[in-house]
Amino acid sequence: MIVTKIDYVAAHDGSGPLAIRLLKEMDFTRVWSPRKTLFFLDHAAPASRKELANEHKLIREFCRTSGAQFSDVGEGIIHQELVEKYVSPGNVIIGGDSHTCTSGALGAFATGVGSTDVSIAIVLGKTWLRVPETYKIVINGKFDDGVYPKDMILHIIGKLGADGAIYKSLEFTGENVKTMTMDSRFTLTNMAVETGAKAGLIESDEITEHYLRSMGRGKFCNDIKADVDAQYAQTFEFDASNLPPIVSLPHSVDNTKTIEEAEGIEVDQVFVGTCTNGRIEDLRIVARILKNRKVHPKVRLIVIPASRRIYLEALKEGIIETIVDSRGVVLSPGCGPCAGVHQGILGEGEVCVSTQNRNFKGRMGNPDAEIYLTSPATAAATALTGELSDPRDVI
Amino acid sequence: MHGRVWKFGDGISTDDIIPGRYFHLRGKLPELAKHVLEDVNPDFSVKVEKGDFVVAGSNFGQGSSREHAATTIRLMGVSAVLAKSFARIFYRNAVNVGLPVIMCNTDLIENGDELEIDLNGGMINNLSKKKKLKTKAIPRFMLRILEDGGLLRHIKKYGKFQMK
Repeated sequence: MIVTKIDYVAAHDGSGPLAIRLLKEMDFTRVWSPRKTLFFLDHAAPASRKELANEHKLIREFCRTSGAQFSDVGEGIIHQELVEKYVSPGNVIIGGDSHTCTSGALGAFATGVGSTDVSIAIVLGKTWLRVPETYKIVINGKFDDGVYPKDMILHIIGKLGADGAIYKSLEFTGENVKTMTMDSRFTLTNMAVETGAKAGLIESDEITEHYLRSMGRGKFCNDIKADVDAQYAQTFEFDASNLPPIVSLPHSVDNTKTIEEAEGIEVDQVFVGTCTNGRIEDLRIVARILKNRKVHPKVRLIVIPASRRIYLEALKEGIIETIVDSRGVVLSPGCGPCAGVHQGILGEGEVCVSTQNRNFKGRMGNPDAEIYLTSPATAAATALTGELSDPRDVI
Repeated sequence: MHGRVWKFGDGISTDDIIPGRYFHLRGKLPELAKHVLEDVNPDFSVKVEKGDFVVAGSNFGQGSSREHAATTIRLMGVSAVLAKSFARIFYRNAVNVGLPVIMCNTDLIENGDELEIDLNGGMINNLSKKKKLKTKAIPRFMLRILEDGGLLRHIKKYGKFQMK
């Protein structure tokens, strides 16, 4: 057990209001570093009802009086905002959201905590942690066309199990990861928590540096590598070649099947977005599949870019036009229906194919609905046919 | 601690404990608590009594970091959660809000059993089954946070993390 200094503490409109209320209740008035205290509106942004508008108001007022950093509605999802604007290799970050582990793809130690931890970090700039053992996840080989890192991470979770790495860290490496884009790396580390892991880590390299440079933060690229003699609790090897598209069936992320086993299930809604798969690379794949085609009349397709930056990029590349032209609905950057609050809640008995990271019962606002998790390509192919479909047939 | 058992299965998620559709109630914790675990057992929030125990299988509290999950279980008067394993964020949230979490083999504990638990001694006495069970010790630092009534009170008291 250690107490460590942190580089950033982050929270959103789900975890932030409780943290702020706890600080007020306990009469903690000091803010350790306003520059490193970050608040984001993404879960219900813009607010869908007065109670949530009041929560937003609480965050706005706290940021105004304390000087903490504030990211308003439409700016983006906390984890995407973190990697685009703040995180550098070697940082220690805690965030009031379980998918804080996304930032680990930049060679940072980033982990999810609750509102009390957030509030104490705001006051002290420190947190308590148990140093985790590490599982080494080696991914070799090349993906076939139509198969993506999302399929691989679902496959890995299926093999390890939803509690297979509780209290551990996952380090992703191997020739496949070393040539992978940052967008794809974020998809891997984002879902580390779905095995129970505390963090998902990837060494920093030229790809990390290039990404940070493109975000205007190239000088912050520290070289973070695993020690040559690092001890791993266990090593798991995976081969990307010949991996088929993978689907997580309801109601558990580790309930994985190959597309062949799941094909043909009828679908009411398709959702592309979230901190897992709402990045430009994902939207490009979707647009490529939808180009000059129409979404099946019985399906509604919802697409949400993960940040304003991505939204603008997608606009410039004509991606948004392609999606809207194919009868898709594009909403402003944020978490959308993934947290079950708004923008695509499911009806009784309805089925949704989503690129998000969780399919727990009730996740999208209705315990009597079913969620299937896939890659953006599988989601797009499914939107065209109205049933779970193999993207390799349409790509 | 003394109370009756409410038994749950494996992989209870924070969406099971506090569903996302009640997001707007997060600002009113006593209101939110009325819905705790309702999708898994609708009787729980109505009939749970002060002192009762939540007992589950593996990976209790998996998923989201919402601390509201641990807080509302505590607000319902539950004196401790027992499980074979816990999702790590739920575990630290529980400690931070002063809700004891105990790792042990829960297979032999059934719904409605009457338990007596000595947290410091690490012993569970199942009065219904007339059986005693050792628990995994709670690390000393966490025990102190629990005794202080949660992390905020701990920090208020010492002005820092009191590790030793």
